[in-house]
Amino acid sequence: MTEFTMPSLGADMDEGTLVEWLVNPGDAVSKGDVVAVVETAKSTIEVECFDSGTVSALLVAPGTKVPVGTPMAVIGPATEPTAHTPAPQPTEPSPGFYPAPVRAVTRAGDAVSTPLVRHLAQKKDIDLSTMHGSGKGGQITRADVEKAASPPRHRVPASPLARRLARSLDVDLEGVRGTGQNGTVRADDVRAAAGKRAHRTQRAHRTQGPRPPAPEPPAMPPSGAPPVRPSVKSRPDTLTTGAPTTRSAISALMTRANRDIPHYYLSTTIDLAAATAWMLNRNANGPVGERLVPAALLLKSAALAARQVPQLNGYWKDGAFVPADGVRLGIAVSLRGGGLAAPALANADTMSLPELMKALRDLVSRARRGRLRASEIADPTLTVTNLGDQGVETVFGVIYPPQVALVGLGCVVERPVAVEGMLTVHPTVTATLSADHRASDGATGARFLAALDRLLQGPEEL
Amino acid sequence: MNRDEAFELIKQVLTDVVPGADLDALSPDENFRDGLEMDSLDFLNFIEALSGRTGLPLPETDYPSLNTLNACADYVASRTPTAY
Repeated sequence: MTEFTMPSLGADMDEGTLVEWLVNPGDAVSKGDVVAVVETAKSTIEVECFDSGTVSALLVAPGTKVPVGTPMAVIGPATEPTAHTPAPQPTEPSPGFYPAPVRAVTRAGDAVSTPLVRHLAQKKDIDLSTMHGSGKGGQITRADVEKAASPPRHRVPASPLARRLARSLDVDLEGVRGTGQNGTVRADDVRAAAGKRAHRTQRAHRTQGPRPPAPEPPAMPPSGAPPVRPSVKSRPDTLTTGAPTTRSAISALMTRANRDIPHYYLSTTIDLAAATAWMLNRNANGPVGERLVPAALLLKSAALAARQVPQLNGYWKDGAFVPADGVRLGIAVSLRGGGLAAPALANADTMSLPELMKALRDLVSRARRGRLRASEIADPTLTVTNLGDQGVETVFGVIYPPQVALVGLGCVVERPVAVEGMLTVHPTVTATLSADHRASDGATGARFLAALDRLLQGPEEL
Repeated sequence: MNRDEAFELIKQVLTDVVPGADLDALSPDENFRDGLEMDSLDFLNFIEALSGRTGLPLPETDYPSLNTLNACADYVASRTPTAY
């Protein structure tokens, strides 16, 4: 019997809100299965469980905010009989839902239900052994059974932008007709529902400037796509909207980073002629879906450079540098509508380029949909911020504690370069390093950038 | 495919690959990579989807002709057979 607790999804997370359960009591789960969706101040994360067994009780109701470490579910031994008819999960927090005494889930004995309730349960085809009573001593009441029998409330499919808009415009997504794929609610649908006023507001916002200012601190997980909750309006205190919370999370962490970390900065311009030519040639000879983008080559090189200069790949903990075992490359991903996520690309140094490209596309697309897994945001060992797509040439970032360095990549631009005494024009990129002077010196940082340059000159080896 | 069909198809593909894209706010001659804040991965998703829908190879060397709705529609319409 083990407990599934609210995980810590980052050094700065104190509490999280359970958004939804993806399992029901009686379900068999294996280590690594996604069992719950948790919303932190910064993002919405799918959380895996770390044990195998059978879910015997859910202790926390969706919508509840609990501190890190709070038991949220009980996972019993795998041998426990699995219910044939799992009860639909309760969808509203109800006071008696949390305590879920263990005996209530072992058997549907007389102690936990009355004959009337059992009869009702039978009629509605509900397995009482999978239910938690909200009555005295965990007794299952008629109301529990009726609630279980009603269909679970569906999360309205909607794009992240639509969710954010809906929240800021006070539109209930339940009432909006989605015109996207499979009825997904799109931003336009929300605007249509909210009227012209909203549309103009959005346009005005769009035209203010296409991008957030350049050297935005990297690595801050996103406003993401906070879920639709029917009761947002009635509980404004606990369920603040995404953006301000995200902003304050970024604010707190970056303030700490700038206060505690004595940064030093290095910059170099790298000739990408060889890498670009190799990539174009490779892309021309393969299927469209397997094309690479320059970012993939740059990230792979950064991961290999991190392995070659391990003094920059790890954490500053308790006054000392602790090198990391492998390279988990944090990828700063800008989110549509503002905000940042920094999921980690595990084993970026050992993946082949096509594998890395595939993983990158998957990771970025899920980061933008607000559906990252807990294991993907567990502390990266070195973060890369790539503002190339925003047209920025040079970015000096702020290190994401407890990491000790941050790599900044600008856009690939054609610049005049001298080759064997002759002036010519090549694609180039400005790579920078922000590093923690407590953990390393400039010479170490210089070795990292030199390694990055060297690796990019031999793209076929990446 | 005629130009109007191509234009609609491109809008459809963009809507699919850029969730929440506001195509009504986009001018047909505006670079949609900028206008829709698409990064290189978004653009590759677009190219892959458009290639799948049209059967065109869309080589990387033609990317500069595929940046605006108008240019993209011209490109696709001129390279696909018209259905009668």
